[in-house]
This record gives sequence, C-alpha cells and structure tokens, in this order.
Amino acid sequence: MDALAAILVRDLRVALRVGGGALVGVLFFLAVVTLIPFALGPDLALLRRIGPAILWLGALLASLLALDRLFADDQADGSLDILLTGSVPLELVVGTKAVAHWLATGLPLVIVSPLLGLMLNLDARSIAFTALTLAVGTPALTFIGLIGAALAVAIRRGGLLLPILILPPAIPVLIFGVAAANTDVVGAVPFGTPFTILCALTLFSIVIGPFAAAATLRHGLE
Amino acid sequence: MSLGPHADFIVAAYAAAVGVVALLVIWVIADYRRQRRALADLEARGGRGIATGAPTT
Amino acid sequence: MSLIDLANPTRFLKLAARLLPWFVAATLVAFACGLVLTMLAPDDYQQGATVKIMFIHVPNAWLSMLVWALMSVAALGTLVWRHPLADVAGKCAAPLGAAFTFLALVTGSLWGRPMWGTYWVWDARLTSVLVLFLMYLGVIALWRTVEDPSRAARAAAILTLVGAINLPIIKFSVDWWNTLHQPTSVFRVGGPSIDSSILVPLLVMAIAFALLFITLHIAAMRNEILRRRVRTLRLLAAQAAQVADTRAGARA
Repeated sequence: MDALAAILVRDLRVALRVGGGALVGVLFFLAVVTLIPFALGPDLALLRRIGPAILWLGALLASLLALDRLFADDQADGSLDILLTGSVPLELVVGTKAVAHWLATGLPLVIVSPLLGLMLNLDARSIAFTALTLAVGTPALTFIGLIGAALAVAIRRGGLLLPILILPPAIPVLIFGVAAANTDVVGAVPFGTPFTILCALTLFSIVIGPFAAAATLRHGLE
Repeated sequence: MSLGPHADFIVAAYAAAVGVVALLVIWVIADYRRQRRALADLEARGGRGIATGAPTT
Repeated sequence: MSLIDLANPTRFLKLAARLLPWFVAATLVAFACGLVLTMLAPDDYQQGATVKIMFIHVPNAWLSMLVWALMSVAALGTLVWRHPLADVAGKCAAPLGAAFTFLALVTGSLWGRPMWGTYWVWDARLTSVLVLFLMYLGVIALWRTVEDPSRAARAAAILTLVGAINLPIIKFSVDWWNTLHQPTSVFRVGGPSIDSSILVPLLVMAIAFALLFITLHIAAMRNEILRRRVRTLRLLAAQAAQVADTRAGARA
C-alpha cells in the first residue's frame, strides 16, 4: 500500500511540475471548444444544442492525446524496468499510475468544463449534467487508454497510431456520456439510463485496463 | 435477366466485389513470388556468409 | 535463431502446398454455383432485383466478424498456448478481414442508395461495421509499426483480444445510440422469414466467400513464413558479414 501511495504522489508531483503536461490538456480542450464555433458560426441556439457533444469531444481528444505521457517518463529514465521487476503486482502499479494520470489530466478537464459550457451558451442544468458525465466518463477514457499507453512503450514512434487504436473502445463511453449530458437539450432519454451504463463502462474499464496494460508491458518489452 | 431500375447499383456492387477479390489474389500471388525470389537470391549468395560465419578474406 | 526453429513452419509449408490446389478448386466451384444461383434468384417483393446485392453484402458482413473471432483464437494461441504459428495466422487474417469488412460497407452503401436514398446511413449495423473496420486497420497498422515479429505478435494479440471483448459492447452501444437518433425503424431484410429461394443462394455465396478466405489465408500464411525466413537469413548474413569484417580489420 505504501508503495502504491508513493507511486501516486510521485506521479502527481511530476505531472504538475513544469513540463509535466498536466495543464496542457486543459489548453487543448479550450482550443477545441474555441475552434468549433469558428467552424460552425456563432449561432447560439445551435451551439447550445450541440454544446454537450462539443464538450465531450474536446475532453475525449484531450484525453487521447495525453496518453503517451503515462509511461513515457518512466521508460525514459529506466524506472519502468524497476516497476516491472518489483514486488508490487504490475496491475496495481499500472492502475495507480492511471489514477494519478486522471487526477492530473482528466480531473482538470472536468473542472474547466462548466466554464467552457458557458462559452457554448449552455444552461445550468446542462452544464451540471455534462460535468457529471465527464467526471464519471474521463476515468473510463484513462483506463481504456492504459493499453494504448502501454503499446506506446513498445512502439517508440507510435505517433497518431495510439489514439486511433483506443478510439473504438472509447466510442461506447462517448455515446453514453453524450446521451446523458444531452438530457435537457435533446430530451430523448431520461438521465438515469445512459448514466448508469456509463458508470458500468467505467467500472468495467477500471478492471480490464490494468490487466491488459500490464500484459502488454510484460510481453512488449521483451 | 432484368435487373430492374437500380441495375447500376447491383452491377457496381458486384464489380466492387470482383475488384477487391482480384486485388487480394494478386497481392497474395505477387507476395509469394517476391519471397521465393528473395530466398533464391539469398541461397545463391549463401554458402559462405550465412551458416559458417567464417572470414572470407 | 537456429534452423530448428523453422521446423514446424516447414511442415506447414508442405501441407499448404498440398492443400492449396484443392481449396482453390473448391472456391471456384462454390462461386460458380453461387453466381448462377444469384442470377436465377427471384426478385424480392419489396426490394426488387437489388436483393441481389445482399448475396454479397451479408456473407461479407458475417465473415468480417468471423475473421475477428478467428484472430482472437489465434491471439489466445500466441499468448496462452505459445503455438509457433498462431501469430502468423492472426497477422495474415487481418488484411483479409479488413477487405471483407470493406466490401460489406461498400455493398451496404450501394444497397442503401436505392433503398434509403443515401449512400451512407448511420444505422446500427453499418456503423458497427465501420467501427470494426477501424479496428482492423488499427491492428494492421500495429503489425507494420513494430519491426520485430515476435514483439509485434504479442502486442497485436493483446489488442485483438481487447477488441474482441469490446465488440459486443460497441455493438450494444451503437444499437442503443441508433434507437435514440432514428425513431423510424429500419427495413429488415426480406420480411420476418427469408424464403428458401433467397436463402439458398445466400448460403452458397457465404460458403464460397468462406472458402475464399481459407484459401487466401493458407496462401498468405505460407508467404509470411517465407518472409520470416528471408528476414532471418538476411540477419544471419549481415551478422556473418560483420564478423568477417572485424576479423579482416583486425588482421589488416
């Protein structure tokens, strides 16, 4: 337990330092949300209608692009090898790093989303729904992204390949996240239905992600 | 056999199928030839440099 | 990297050489029967002659999923049972599966234009198949990005299995999403039950495409084994040349 706590604290410290990339995700989120009105036009009614979807897309892209950071630093300075051969189960180590990663990159997205929602003319309830679904959904994206990050370790010059590999499993999270966030805007389904499925997806990914990522790290680095 | 008012689409669909299958077959055959040629080439050069590792000078 | 490592694949090569002619013949016969049957098939009550597109579209859609299932078994073979040819089977199946998925998408959209008025419809089936196509391309890209075949094999195997687990989730999600956005129900194929005059050509074409897959798969596996041999021999030659060079350099 101490070891895991130590990993958590260390990862958070590294991420929040200059060059750690924690807040770059937020900047990217802001950039995307700013770009879309430029593309679509300033029609406020339209923006309100698709606002939750834009927020979700921005958060999804920001999460995907931040993934290779998960193991990159550790691989570079050799601590990944130590973690691999250590006595703490790799699955737990990887899961802890994912938690740290979400705290540093995912949570800021959630915190910023209400502000961006105001830019998109969303009303208070929509903002609340969107923020809540992001709070539950971004961990799913991080844990699903774990395997992409692990593959990034095996493939030095992955580039854009990793977001593409993670995209299909991320689609269900997007579908249910947006559906729940859209409750007030579209009104097709009650909030509960997609939201509970989203929670289920997150729990599922918290279990599957670390196992798949640990297996990839073990096999991919031989 | 009359294909009805949407004949173009039916023909296009079958043409696409023929095209894709043809591409697959050509790829497999061409790849086979390429590997055989590479193997023959390596074996012709082979003798010394490969299994023994003995110096050639 | 001794030559003994190539023993099992050698047996496969001999087997492939013997089996391939039979499979090629069987595939040609099956397609011949299938095409005759599709030409003779009656027009559908609702769709007219365009039902003939279904004889290509449906078998390819079935195969697109079957091939991923096969790749998943191969992935287990690589990771769990360490079968020497499992990863070759998985690697060679991927482009074939992608081609079938592509055909399913293209024929589906050509079928959709006369039926629904547009080339692309975001209905549950087409959309799920599109996501599956993306997954195939992802695995193929992964194979091409990692140079060492055995490392690529393990990474691809894990990705395949993760994909297999996700397929039902994705299908369910897309289905659900589709009911949300399209209140009008989509046309079902041929009504509540498919008449045998349509079912028989469909099954024959399905068998024909399946035989095509097996034939191409065996041939592709043979090519892959040869390719790995070439790579091994080249690496050995390069090593030997290096050794010879250093010895010559030391002597000079």
